Amino acid sequence: MHKFDTKVQELKYRVLREVARRAWGDTLMESVMDIPKIIAPGKVPEIRCCVYKEQAILAERVKLAMGGGTGSNVIQVIDIACDDCPAVGYQVTASCRGCLAHRCEASCRRGAISFNHKHEAHIDKTKCVECGMCAKVCPYSAIVNLKRPCQVACKIKAIDINDDNAARIDDEKCIACGACVYQCPFGAISDRSFIINVIDMLKRSENNTKYKVYALVAPAVGSQMTYAKLGQIITGIKELGFYTTIEVALGADIVAQEESRELVQKGFLTSSCCPAFVKYVKTAFPELAEHISHNPSPMVALAKYIKKHDDSARIVFIGPCTAKKAEARLEEVKPFVDAVITFEELQALFDSKDIDLTSLEEGVLDNASYFGRIFARSGGLSDAVVQAIKEQGLDDFDLKACVCDGIEECKAALLRKSRNALDANFIEGMACISGCIGGAGNLTHGEKNKAAVDKYGREALEKTIADAVSMLS
Amino acid sequence: MKITVCIGSSCHIKGSRQVVEQLQYLVRENDLGSRIELGGTFCMGKCQQGVCVTVDGEFFSVSPETVNDFFETNVKAKLLG
Repeated sequence: MHKFDTKVQELKYRVLREVARRAWGDTLMESVMDIPKIIAPGKVPEIRCCVYKEQAILAERVKLAMGGGTGSNVIQVIDIACDDCPAVGYQVTASCRGCLAHRCEASCRRGAISFNHKHEAHIDKTKCVECGMCAKVCPYSAIVNLKRPCQVACKIKAIDINDDNAARIDDEKCIACGACVYQCPFGAISDRSFIINVIDMLKRSENNTKYKVYALVAPAVGSQMTYAKLGQIITGIKELGFYTTIEVALGADIVAQEESRELVQKGFLTSSCCPAFVKYVKTAFPELAEHISHNPSPMVALAKYIKKHDDSARIVFIGPCTAKKAEARLEEVKPFVDAVITFEELQALFDSKDIDLTSLEEGVLDNASYFGRIFARSGGLSDAVVQAIKEQGLDDFDLKACVCDGIEECKAALLRKSRNALDANFIEGMACISGCIGGAGNLTHGEKNKAAVDKYGREALEKTIADAVSMLS
Repeated sequence: MKITVCIGSSCHIKGSRQVVEQLQYLVRENDLGSRIELGGTFCMGKCQQGVCVTVDGEFFSVSPETVNDFFETNVKAKLLG
């Protein structure tokens, strides 16, 4: 019934669902060891060498589903699941036909290509600089580039290979965006889950009488679980035991208003919404860190408001983002956000309680403006800042936004800024391609997601940022 | 006196922004700013009866159409006797 992009996601979901079922029923500790055998039963392995290895890997997945792992990073490599993918770079395959033309040789400026007696090409790796020209000109596409999908996914180069040939993440560099989690074809990199903390929090609230558990749902929800209606997702969250659900987009409205004022005052800013981008600036461009907006992220802005007005509030953020899990662990964020889960994990929670969204009545979700809601896609934050400047009569300020779609574009813009060669006074930095709708914690990623978020935006009752925020004063 | 208006989704759709704005206006007009604390909350658990408003803990169901009467009867009359 549920659609995931890949079978890796589906496997992860099944593990999460099994863990969650046991956590609700208070049987997790006694039956946790059974989960691998339930998911990989029998003696015939699915993809690994034997079922025992599959079960061993599943045991590691269970550990991560329960928040375990080593070190502090929320992104973890499951060493034994890493398939040690070849990473030799450009290589000639058996498709080489030993032709006469030798375009590959002619295109190689380093003289790295030689031929055997059958005219088959060979690349001398001591000379090759991985430019890829030979692969481009080969009429048979006989030259391939063998790289590890995790390393290709990690545009900030935080992944290398350890002594056992498995992937290794540099935790200092890692921005927890989750690109590698989504891209690893063997599911060997995964984000830690805090679902059992959330289940425990819900149970101990005794139906929200001891304290109230608020679900703060990210605007990317507009593109997720499309097999059901948004209102049914909201009712489903209520059935899980949450007190109420509030749109993080309202936090985005707060941020848009504050950030536009800050921008006009300071003259140059980078956004602070995306925690992966913020960490990237701080680690890779520390000299630019002073320009990061001093506003908290929409999640934190809204959580702060709620906790200020309800001292019995507990906050659970539900969104598409693995980096939010890291953000919630920061000292300055900890007091406001109690747990972060992804849409993948929300789906597992629904199914762990056999909640069929499609059979539920539709609840309502309407707190934010159109502009707060479109924060979920690339360019939305800049559109909101333009709007907030207009609404507050700050039109004298000439906004020149540099919208960075994905961490590679962020890097390029920051590099130009560090050399004083950036023709912009605002950098919108989103680590994931397409923005939050491209986040690793989404169930599905697709062309239609941007249109879905824009539609969700247009459905907002409030049409201006000022109107949405006026409720809070 | 503390007036709390629900600004959760359900009440929002039923017009809690208009209720909040009108209450802010009435408090100003009647010069009661020093005696009334106006606040918001995200859910009172009585979504069917929204817009949900409490006055010192006592529950009222208000709408943009009835907010003036509500203010006269349950706020002004009580404060000014």
